[in-house]
Amino acid sequence: MSRLQSLFTRKPREILNIYFTAGHPTLESTGTIIRSLSDTGVDIIEIGMPYSDPMADGPTIQASSQTALSNGMTLPLLLEQVREVRGQTDVPLVLMGYLNQVMQYGPERFFRDAKTAGIDGLILPDLPLIEYEQHYRTLLDAAGLDLTFLVTPQTPPDRIRALDAASSGFLYMVSSSAITGGSSAFGDAQKEYFQRIDRMDLKNPRLIGFGISDHAAFANACQYARGAIVGSAFIRALESGPPLEEIIPAFVAGIRGTTIQNLPSILSSTDRS
Amino acid sequence: MSILTAPSFQVDTHGYYGPFGGAFIPEMLFDNIEHLRRNYLSIIDDPAFQADFHRLLRDYVGRPTPLYPAPRLSQRYGSRIFLKREDLNHTGAHKINNAIGQILLAQHLGKTRIIAETGAGQHGVATATVCALVGLPCVVYMGELDVARQAPNVARMRMLGAEVRPVTSGSRTLKDATNEAIRDWINHPEDTHYIIGSAVGPHPYPDMVTRFQSVISAEMRNQLQEQTGMPNPDMVIACVGGGSNAAGAFFHYLEETSVQLVAVEAAGLGIDSGHSAATSVLGTEGIIHGSKTLLMQTEDGQIIEPYSLSAGLDYPGIGPLHAHLIKTGRASTYSVTDAEALAAALELTRLEGIIPALESAHALAALDKITFQPDQVVVLCLSGRGDKDMATYIDHLDQNPTA
Ligand SMILES: Cc1ncc(COP(=O)(O)O)c(C=O)c1O
Repeated sequence: MSRLQSLFTRKPREILNIYFTAGHPTLESTGTIIRSLSDTGVDIIEIGMPYSDPMADGPTIQASSQTALSNGMTLPLLLEQVREVRGQTDVPLVLMGYLNQVMQYGPERFFRDAKTAGIDGLILPDLPLIEYEQHYRTLLDAAGLDLTFLVTPQTPPDRIRALDAASSGFLYMVSSSAITGGSSAFGDAQKEYFQRIDRMDLKNPRLIGFGISDHAAFANACQYARGAIVGSAFIRALESGPPLEEIIPAFVAGIRGTTIQNLPSILSSTDRS
Repeated sequence: MSILTAPSFQVDTHGYYGPFGGAFIPEMLFDNIEHLRRNYLSIIDDPAFQADFHRLLRDYVGRPTPLYPAPRLSQRYGSRIFLKREDLNHTGAHKINNAIGQILLAQHLGKTRIIAETGAGQHGVATATVCALVGLPCVVYMGELDVARQAPNVARMRMLGAEVRPVTSGSRTLKDATNEAIRDWINHPEDTHYIIGSAVGPHPYPDMVTRFQSVISAEMRNQLQEQTGMPNPDMVIACVGGGSNAAGAFFHYLEETSVQLVAVEAAGLGIDSGHSAATSVLGTEGIIHGSKTLLMQTEDGQIIEPYSLSAGLDYPGIGPLHAHLIKTGRASTYSVTDAEALAAALELTRLEGIIPALESAHALAALDKITFQPDQVVVLCLSGRGDKDMATYIDHLDQNPTA
């Protein structure tokens, strides 16, 4: 059983997946961020492979990617940093990036190196299902990596089934058709979408992502799925000033709603730029 | 080459030209792209659609555009050079052909909001124009750098009622404007149609844009028949940014191997200068804007920011059809520097009294690099006029007073 599968077997609800961009805010922050998120009980860590043209990401993640690239982040360095920190934590680690990065590294070698470094799963939002089936499924299976596909409110039922069948680990429910970093309140149409998918009795556990930026949104998402993914809000918090070791536990507590005092003001602000 | 092994230059049912093309898009766009993929051919091929399209091209755009036998240019290069006058289209470039086709398509799809990216501003102006024509709101993404260097077109878009959103990310040029337009579409998948301005992007865009632009070579065939007695020239030359005017000018000759196809790219300050947009030389296989094609990238798969003085050619990729044409040897390529393009623009102006767009001037500059036979029939796609580039040209003249 993979780390992701055993997590979902063990923990029924309130799964918190936090995204950060490797190489941001500094080239060397990867290890600190992973250790600190793991220590504060985050369930899954999603590591962004910074990309020059991240078309499925909003302005916050895009800007953090540019910072990371100008800091000098590369895939070999990122995998090296993961390998170093893997000895210190057992939290599931998922890489999120774009297919061109994988293509240039060489898919087979990339999957093998990622697995060896201690990566558990991948999210590649621009990997088409048909390409996966024809070229990537066997490579990923051979490497022993989980792969998560996204579904959106527009995804038709038969395609949701196909994406669920192709996924392992978890399925990523895009909260609305919006790029990352958008607004957080769920409308009736979104609730209907979450409930519709819930009734489909899919094989994978589901996490809701895009626009989850505070405790209210997290708690709300947890009513409709096994948990949620927080990205842009965390990136903004990392940029707020205090040392990472302080900001990260405070941020995670804020999202979980376990403590709300002593939070730096940035964490409760709703900057959606 | 036997029929069985001859490469096809038509898109296949999966959206590929040989190994290039496809639709590498996030799930948020899947529904829109899939709907387009399933329906674009039946919509476009519908006789009523074709009638509307060709009526607008005639009455509104002013087609057919002339095929002008350029006597002094021909004399200068020692062959029979014809200029396909896309510069005489309404709004001043070939971009309007595609914009007319796509706005009709958007109406068929029931879309109520239009977005576009633009580099030189010609596609932005064309899109703003067709939106005014049908009364739809229009948002145009344009790199901040291009907003500055193509000011007349920004003014035209505003006057036409479009909202121009300057893009400040990355190189602040066409690549980033395209990223921003894609993001907008991800956020508004239901009401919005994205009118891509070149033969790039996920399938079916490259094929759709190529079909709308193919009116260029359809007219060329008739006009050449009339003027030379033969529908085929010996050579067709066009500049390539994303590749839409070239795709349109090549289209009806793709399978006619006696017709040489010449694609001209922007070398910027020179191919090895680190400031270039010569994708066929500097590019490798990868994915850009949802399409597998040739693009300029680092070893780590990061897209390299291109450079050209010409905003319309300042793009790090090329459309998948062109990648296939180049890799199979069906098309040959030339790279032209900023300086060569400026000189060629001035030359055409002084020889024929036509001020070309800086993009088209790249195609003209290739004439100097090709050896012609005296009776060779050469068609050069003059993709646009130079009004938008006057500030650049005047600067150049001021710096070279003897030119
Ligand atoms: C006049 C003109 N020619 C050529 C181009 C390049 O585009 P494409 O390669 O799609 O024809 C542009 C783009 O803005 C243009 O304005």
